[in-house]
Amino acid sequence: MSAVVAGSLIGLAAYLGQAVRKRPESLAAATAILGVEVIDASVAEIVGHPEPALTILAGSLFLFIAVCNLSGQVPGLHPPTACLTTTSALAVLVFLAVPAAGIRALGVKAYVKHYLSPNPLLMPLHMISEFSRTLALALRLFGNISAGHLVVALLVMLAGFLVPIPIMALDLLIGLLQAYVFAILTLVYIGSAIEAGGQE
Amino acid sequence: MNAQGFITVASVIGAAIAMALGAFGAALGESRIGAAAMDALARQPDEAPAITRSMFVGLAMVESTAIFCLVIALILLFANPFGVLKAG
Repeated sequence: MSAVVAGSLIGLAAYLGQAVRKRPESLAAATAILGVEVIDASVAEIVGHPEPALTILAGSLFLFIAVCNLSGQVPGLHPPTACLTTTSALAVLVFLAVPAAGIRALGVKAYVKHYLSPNPLLMPLHMISEFSRTLALALRLFGNISAGHLVVALLVMLAGFLVPIPIMALDLLIGLLQAYVFAILTLVYIGSAIEAGGQE
Repeated sequence: MNAQGFITVASVIGAAIAMALGAFGAALGESRIGAAAMDALARQPDEAPAITRSMFVGLAMVESTAIFCLVIALILLFANPFGVLKAG
């Protein structure tokens, strides 16, 4: 299922890339450029300076999670993000991206130094915070989406036709909101990893 | 009551308590975040994007505690490690 989502997103991206290159004045190209600029602006606002790699990371995380969440609204489909495996994989990706971005921005020595500040005694706390926020990232997405799916299933079982529609509308909102929160939290974590050593 | 029945009753009551207290705390915290964000928006409407973004991130952080309680309740109800729940 997630492979289907990824494949269709890649296809859409390829189509939009073609459109931007061949027909820059068409509606599809304008929409794509506008979307990328919005993501670029929020990256620049959170991290402090424009960073194309982070735009790619956060934008693809947001799009993938949003489409996965919304795919649960199609009857008969189980959203991939309602499975703990998918969300754990995404959270591990963020967990690995944080030190990668920090080391790329500061170098190994300066990045490792921020673990030892303000006091080497606090290093276990830095470690625990890295692991617990990864866990929270995975469980938050999984819990929200699977709970929304479960509530709709229970309402269908209890009340039947048309009754779960308000809850499904709420699910649309929550799905987009969780994708947004995941992308923003990724940017915040990476931004703090880039800046933490920079102030020393 | 046999052991299986006792496990069932204890799991259901435990799930109910976990979800109730978890939702209680998260609801109190989220209401404070919402009120503070409204206050800040009324004072500085120009800063609306930054305030809204911080509010959503804070809401997600606070809500994750309720989500942890939900996951524990779901584990108790559907994937109980101490015995098989027939009713589900």
